Amino acid sequence: MAVTQAIFYLFATVLVVAALMVITARNPVHSVLFLVLSFVNGAGLFLLAGAEFLAFTLILVYVGAVMVLFLFVLMMLDINLQRMREGFLNYLPLGAVIAFVLVVEMGAMLAAGGSGAVVGGDGALGGTEAGNTTLLGRVLYDTYLLPFEVAALVLLVALVAAIALTLRHRPDVKKQDPGQQVRVRREDRVRLVDMPTEGAPYAPDTGATGSKGGEG
Amino acid sequence: MISLGHYLVLGAILFAIGVMGIFLNRKNVITLLMAIELILLAVNLNFVAFSQHLDSLAGQVFVFFILTVAAAEAAVGLAILVLFFRNRRSIDVDDINYLKG
Repeated sequence: MAVTQAIFYLFATVLVVAALMVITARNPVHSVLFLVLSFVNGAGLFLLAGAEFLAFTLILVYVGAVMVLFLFVLMMLDINLQRMREGFLNYLPLGAVIAFVLVVEMGAMLAAGGSGAVVGGDGALGGTEAGNTTLLGRVLYDTYLLPFEVAALVLLVALVAAIALTLRHRPDVKKQDPGQQVRVRREDRVRLVDMPTEGAPYAPDTGATGSKGGEG
Repeated sequence: MISLGHYLVLGAILFAIGVMGIFLNRKNVITLLMAIELILLAVNLNFVAFSQHLDSLAGQVFVFFILTVAAAEAAVGLAILVLFFRNRRSIDVDDINYLKG
């Protein structure tokens, strides 16, 4: 019991500190790394609550993919760090007040509701004979099959949208177009120019074929 | 033992930190996106706690879908951000009203 509680408090403390650092770090790269730390701690809390599959999904998908995407974008843009800090302190009182009000409201609601039952290390969902991943898979492919497919569609739309948004054709760049190269015909490239020679006496064997002339 | 309240209070604190991040970082859209991710993490934490509390897997399925939509949102948001930076050479929130027609 005490060990579980200690682990919970450890994860929760690191999570809150890392989240605070995310929003206050001077360098956005540090923010991303702190966000990775907070996601890892959140995964630990998921694990503690018996949601193993979601914990590992959080680490694989978020830390492995989304945060790396953030890092890539951050390193692609060269941002003026000095300008970014302007007005930070101006907004601090307003943000702090709103955050405080939010916490107080939610805490009051929780207090009014009374303390709930136990969420422990070995809950009924995580500790059955099947295991969390098996149970979740059964439900996901059975009851929630249609939403699951719609989620896949959402991902596909996001993929196409992201590519379509960032794809650009720069007109001033010279590059090869293989399709056009294959489609080209002789008439597009070769032009026969008939050039009569000047001063026929100087060149005895005129009357040959016209010279082949190309442009450029 | 860890009660449901532990998880809910932690979720509330995390949510408030995320909202505060949205108010604080008015110059940096990337940090705004990260604050949104924090808020979503708080919501996911609540869902998982309630799923365990109510002994139902629906909450965890919902978290699964939230993760999917959040990944899509991050991808599209970052794509828009890259496009915006290409046109304006800044990611300042105050510059985005340039998009007004």
